Amino acid sequence: MTAGTSADAIASAGVADEVRRYERRQSAKTTVRRIGVFVVFLILLALLYTGYKAFGEALDDAQTTWPVVGSFLPRSDDLTMPPIRDIVAEIGEPLNRTDDKPLGAFVWEAALFTAREAAFGFFFGLMFGIGIAVVLVRSRWLERGVSPYIAMSQTIPLVAIAPIVIIWGRTSLDWLPFEWQDWMSVAIIAAYLTFFPVAVNGIRGLHSAQPEAFELMRSYAVKPRQELVRLRLPAAMPYLFSAFRLAATIAVVGAIVGEISAGVPGGLGRLILDFAGRYTTGPERLYVSVGGAALLGILAFGLVALTQRFVRSARVREGEPL
Amino acid sequence: MSATETVPAVEATSVTKIFNRGKPNEILALDDVSVAVGRNEFMTLIGPSGCGKSTLLRLMAALTHPSDGEISVHGKPADQARQDRDYGMAFQTAGLFDWRTVSQNIELPLQLMGWSKSDRRERADEMLDLVRLEGFGGHYPRELSGGMQQRVAIARALSFSPSILLMDEPFGALDEITREHMQAELLRIWDETHTTVVFVTHSIPEAVFLSERVLVMSPRPGTISAEVIVDLGHRDFDTRESEKFFERVTAVREALRVPEEPA
Amino acid sequence: MIERLRSMSPPIIVGIVGLVAWELVLQVLQPDGFVLPPPSDIVASLIATWDAIWIAVQSTGFVIVTGLLFGIAWGVLGALVVSWYRLADEMLTPLAIGVSAIPIIALAPIFNAWFGLLSPRSNQLIVVLLVFFPIFINTTRGLTDIDPDQIDLMRSYGASRWQITKEVRIPNAMPFFFTALKISAALAVIAAIVSEYFGGRQDALGPLIVQNAGLARYPDAWAAVLAGSLIGIGLYALARVVERFAMPWQTAVNQGVEG
Repeated sequence: MTAGTSADAIASAGVADEVRRYERRQSAKTTVRRIGVFVVFLILLALLYTGYKAFGEALDDAQTTWPVVGSFLPRSDDLTMPPIRDIVAEIGEPLNRTDDKPLGAFVWEAALFTAREAAFGFFFGLMFGIGIAVVLVRSRWLERGVSPYIAMSQTIPLVAIAPIVIIWGRTSLDWLPFEWQDWMSVAIIAAYLTFFPVAVNGIRGLHSAQPEAFELMRSYAVKPRQELVRLRLPAAMPYLFSAFRLAATIAVVGAIVGEISAGVPGGLGRLILDFAGRYTTGPERLYVSVGGAALLGILAFGLVALTQRFVRSARVREGEPL
Repeated sequence: MSATETVPAVEATSVTKIFNRGKPNEILALDDVSVAVGRNEFMTLIGPSGCGKSTLLRLMAALTHPSDGEISVHGKPADQARQDRDYGMAFQTAGLFDWRTVSQNIELPLQLMGWSKSDRRERADEMLDLVRLEGFGGHYPRELSGGMQQRVAIARALSFSPSILLMDEPFGALDEITREHMQAELLRIWDETHTTVVFVTHSIPEAVFLSERVLVMSPRPGTISAEVIVDLGHRDFDTRESEKFFERVTAVREALRVPEEPA
Repeated sequence: MIERLRSMSPPIIVGIVGLVAWELVLQVLQPDGFVLPPPSDIVASLIATWDAIWIAVQSTGFVIVTGLLFGIAWGVLGALVVSWYRLADEMLTPLAIGVSAIPIIALAPIFNAWFGLLSPRSNQLIVVLLVFFPIFINTTRGLTDIDPDQIDLMRSYGASRWQITKEVRIPNAMPFFFTALKISAALAVIAAIVSEYFGGRQDALGPLIVQNAGLARYPDAWAAVLAGSLIGIGLYALARVVERFAMPWQTAVNQGVEG
C-alpha cells in the first residue's frame, strides 16, 4: 500500500489533466458525429425524394385509380416536385428580369429581415416571460390563478391575432417617438409565442432551489429581491436555458407566420407566400425559400445551444456551480 | 482439507476488474481478490469509497464480469446462478417501482418467474408479515417512509426464497435510530430464513453488529486488506453496549486505518 | 372534492375578474369596430353564427384528431424502437431535436402543392409532424432515463429485454408521454388552423377566421377563434382525464403551471 507523497499528488494531477483533455476530445467527437448524422439524414431525404419521383408515372396512375389511397400520395411530376438539381441551381439564378441579383441573395436578405424580427421577439418574449415568472412566484395564489390563462393564451391561433396586431400597430401607436414599422408588430407576435415556454420553465425554475437554501436565506433576513437575485434566479438557470432553445425556434416560427398572415413585405414569410402564389412559373423558388426558412430555424437553435455551452464553461472556469 | 467440506455459497477466485481499459481514465477497481463465503454465513464488506466493495458485490451478482479470475456460486458460474435465480438483491435506494403497490412490488420477481396469481398473493402476504408491514400491501411506495420502503425492498428480495442475499448499503439513507432497528430486523429475518448474506457498508458499528466475519477492503487498487472475526454470538439490543462490541469495532477501525501521509 | 374546488378557485376568480374588466373597459370606451370586441359580443356572435362554426369545427376537428392519432402513434413507435438500441438513441434523438427546430409550418405551401390546394392531407401532415417531435423526444427520454438500480434488479431476476421494457421502461415513460401529449394537443389545434390559412378545406376554422377578419367582422372572427380555443382546451382536458386513468399512482400534485 503506497502512502501518499507529494510526488503522488503531482502525478495524480497530471492524470486528472489528461482525463479532462480526453473527455473534451470525446465531447467534440460527439458533436462531429451528430453533425454527421444530420448530413446523412439530409442525403437520405434527398434520395427518398428522387426515388419517389422515379416512380412518378406509376404513382400518378394510382392516384386516379384509387382515389382514397391516392390522396395520400403526393404528385410527383416535375412541376410539383422539381428535381433537386434544379432547386439547387435556382439559387444562383436571377430572380427579376431587371437585374442580376440571384435568388440566393434575396432569400438571404429576407432571412436577415425575419431573423431581426425573431431576435427581437425572442428577447422581448424572454424578458416578458421571466418578468411574469418573477411576479407570479411572489404569490402562490396569483400563480394558481393566472397560470391556466397563460396556458390558454397559447391556444389562440396566430392567424387571427397577427393581422389585428399589425393594424393596431399602424393605427394606435403614433404617439411613440419613433415610427412603428410592421416588422416590429411581427416581433411582438413572435414574442407572444416565445414568452410561454420561458414563463412556464421560469416558474418551475424559480421554485426549484432546495428548501434548505430558502431557509438559509431567511435566516439572513434578506429582502425578497435579494432572495430572487441570489438564490432563485441562479437556481432557475438550467430550466430557463432549456426553454431558451425551444423559444429560439418558436420565435422563428412566430416571425414567419406573423409575416405571412399579416402580409408584411421584406421577410421570408412574404417570399414564401409570393413564390407559392406564382408556383407555376417557378416551383424551385418556393423550395429554395422554404429551405432558407428551415435553415434559419436550425441556426437559431444552434446559436442558443452554443451560447448555452459557452455560458456553462465560463461559469465552470470561474468556479461557480453549474 | 476435509473430504466433506461443503462448496462455499459464493466464491471469488483471484478476481480482477478494470474499467475503461486502455483509456486515460482507466481504473483498477479490484486487484486479485479472493473471497469465500460459507453457507448461511453473514459476511460484510467494509471500506472507504472507491475500494471496490460495490464492484465486488456486482461481480458476485453477475451484473458485470471480471477482467480476470472467476466467480462461482454454489459451484456454478455466476451467470448460471443468475439464470437460476439464486440471489436476491437490495440497494441503497430501495429501487421500488413507483407505479406498483407494495404487494405488487414484492410480487415482481414472482411474476417474472411465472408464479400463478394466487401463489404470488399468498407469498406477498407472507413476506409482508415477515418484514412487519402487514396491511400496507395496497399502498404505493411514495406513501411510505424510507425505512418502510427498505423493508419492502428486502421483502421483495426474499420473496422467491433465494439462497443468497446481496445487499449494497441498504440502510445508508436511513437515520441512525431507524437504521439500528432495521439491523435487528434483518438479523431476525436472516435467522428465520437461513439465507447466506453478503452485505456491503461503510458503517463500522453496522458491520460489527450484523456479521460474523468482516472483510476490510482498501482502495487504489481495490484489495482485501484484513479479515476481522466477530464472535459475539447471538446479537440483541444490549450487544451494542457490550465491551466486546467496542473491542471488535476498534479492531475493524484499526484495520481500516490508512497509514498517515508524511508531513 | 372540496379541496379540488378550493384549488380551482384562484383561476376561476382571476378569470371572472378578467372577463368583467374586459367587458367593462370596452363597453365604457365603446370604440366602433375595434379589433378586440367585448366578450358579450363574441359570445353573441358565436351563437348567431353557430351553424357555420359547427361545420368548421368538424372540418378542422377531423384534421386535428387524425393528425394527433398518427403523430402519437409514430412518435411512440419511434421511441420504443429507439429505446431498444442505445446506438439508435444516441444518433436519432439529437437528430430529432435538431430537425424539430425547422419551422414546419413553412412547409405548408409545399405540401399544398403535393396534395392539392383543397385537400386536407397537407394539413394533416403538418399536424402529424408537429405532434410527432415532442411525443418522440419526450417518450424516448422516459423510456431511457431509468434508475440503473432498477435495471440491475430486473437483470438479477433474469428478466428478458421485453420484460424490462414492459415492467420498467413503459411505466417510467408514462409521465413523460403525458407531458408531451398535453403539449401536442395544444400544438395540434394551432397547427391545423394556421395550416388552413395556406390551403385545405375551405369550410374549416382557419379560412373562417381569416375571411371574417378580412371583412372587419371582428366578433365573428373572434367567435371562430374561441371555437378553436375550446377545441384545444377540450383536448387538453381529455388528455388529463386519460392521464389520471393511466397513472393511478400519481396523486394529483399541483406544481404550478403544467406545460
